[in-house]
Amino acid sequence: MKISQQDIVHLVEKMPAFPKTVHRVIELTSDMNCNPKDLVELIEHDPVMVMNILRLVNSAYFGLAQPITSVNHAVVYIGLNTVKNVALSTATIGVLPKRNEAGFDMEAFLLHSLSTATIARMMAKRMKVPSKDLFDYFLAGLMHDFGKIVFANFMPHEFKIALKIAKENSIHLYEAENEIFDINHAQVGSLLGEKWQLPQSLVDSLKCHHSHKEGKSQIIDVVSAADQITKELKFGYSGENLLEALPAIITKQFGKDINAIVTDLGDVNTEIDNARIFISS
Amino acid sequence: MKARFWGVRGSIASPGPKTVRYGGNTTCIEIETDAGDVIIIDAGTGIFPLAQSLLRRLPVKCSVFITHTHWDHIQGLPFFIPFFIPKNEISIYGAFDPVASQPIKDILNRQMEYCYFPVREGELKAEITYTNLRERETIEAGSARVTSILMNHPVLDFGYLVECDGKRLFFTGDNEPLYNIYSPDDDYYEEYETLIEMKNKLFIDFVRGVDVLIADSAYTSEEYPAKKGWGHGTFDSCIKLAEEAGVKSLYLTHHEPTRGDDALDVIYSGLQEKYAGPLEFRIASEGLEIEV
Ligand SMILES: [Zn+2]
Ligand SMILES: [Zn+2]
Repeated sequence: MKISQQDIVHLVEKMPAFPKTVHRVIELTSDMNCNPKDLVELIEHDPVMVMNILRLVNSAYFGLAQPITSVNHAVVYIGLNTVKNVALSTATIGVLPKRNEAGFDMEAFLLHSLSTATIARMMAKRMKVPSKDLFDYFLAGLMHDFGKIVFANFMPHEFKIALKIAKENSIHLYEAENEIFDINHAQVGSLLGEKWQLPQSLVDSLKCHHSHKEGKSQIIDVVSAADQITKELKFGYSGENLLEALPAIITKQFGKDINAIVTDLGDVNTEIDNARIFISS
Repeated sequence: MKARFWGVRGSIASPGPKTVRYGGNTTCIEIETDAGDVIIIDAGTGIFPLAQSLLRRLPVKCSVFITHTHWDHIQGLPFFIPFFIPKNEISIYGAFDPVASQPIKDILNRQMEYCYFPVREGELKAEITYTNLRERETIEAGSARVTSILMNHPVLDFGYLVECDGKRLFFTGDNEPLYNIYSPDDDYYEEYETLIEMKNKLFIDFVRGVDVLIADSAYTSEEYPAKKGWGHGTFDSCIKLAEEAGVKSLYLTHHEPTRGDDALDVIYSGLQEKYAGPLEFRIASEGLEIEV
């Protein structure tokens, strides 16, 4: 099945967000005096909400000189109430079903995304990235598999086959996606990112987290490593069963052994538990 | 160029014995260039008396810039009489609504729908054009150049810089100075602080040295804590901005509907005592005309 780029862009404009965020956004926004911090925190733990906000503020309607790179940045630029109402209008689209016809577990997927984000941020902190830039790592980790939500939600039957082929033939999921859709989740993500003029670092990690040239971008290297660590530790599930080699910059800094990296990072479990509260049930 | 205040109230029109001197109409500012081009910023109820004055200068060719679409800045628009007269040319500018994904034309025209107004936009006789503005887009309005910049309010809000005849005037629209939503011990505090500094710097550079600054000073500093986040500035924040940006003169506007003339006078004398520096500032009143 071939899907046109235009179709993808069109579909995602009306994509619902994750259930817990949707419910909490509706709850929070029903209070005129809701705490802005809570709202920002909520939005930035949901890849669909983030995508919608960044898509809007970076769109031609605003024509801003520099790209808006975070939810806080959006709040400073277009104001809290506008961000709040954009979140609310995303919430009114509905919720991403927990189970879809692809048999792809959305809660497990969200945990994978949040864990990758959390670990990427922890690694960046450890690598002495300035604190103002840490969120870029979180965001790149959160969004890296965005294309999979598009497949699972809008092309569930075909995605089910891709998941099955990947498992049975022990190939990477993106390779199976290439066979079925002629496009993979990394390409879908970067297509959207480019179309909507998202920040370049985000587009790069959407695009290159499986095909990066090592050392070209620290964010991509860190996200790619965080992705492997998340898989190894089995935080959630993203449909991918194979591990990839860690980028050299990461092994140089932390060593080759994933468990040693985790030890080095400190209390990963507690950090991931903090992220779990953004997932349903 | 000249600037005239036709409405200086915020929120809701407030006629009555207590607002006779400063005026009760909501926001509307007219700018007339030396060449006679007319630029109107905001269409609060003050646009109605302005419209009357324009009838003496038919056919009307003017540009209307909307800072934002809260009622007090657009409510007078259906009563802008030049709309109803053929051969008038009216260009309207404002921000696209990112939440409902609507152009400025649709947002404004809803005010003239059947339930709200007897005449539909489509029945108006003047030639009317609508333009969605991007931030920092410059429009040539006759001999003037008007440039937008995003301000901080609970809806998209443009401040407008009007440059003409070698002079510059800036109106903030409704605006609350940015503040950090985090407390110093939060992780994001510093990042947010940096973002605020960046935006403030861009803004100050944008308005630096303007001849006239017209700014939203809805509240006193004492009233402000209870109104934080509502999207308005204070007398003190406006003066601070004017001093920081090195502007020549400041006009304070968007008066609270419940604030009577005497109360404004008291505030003004207090400010004069507090700020004895070189900055010239005044409280804007309806009918006030300034030569920029
Ligand atoms: Zn107002
Ligand atoms: Zn307003």
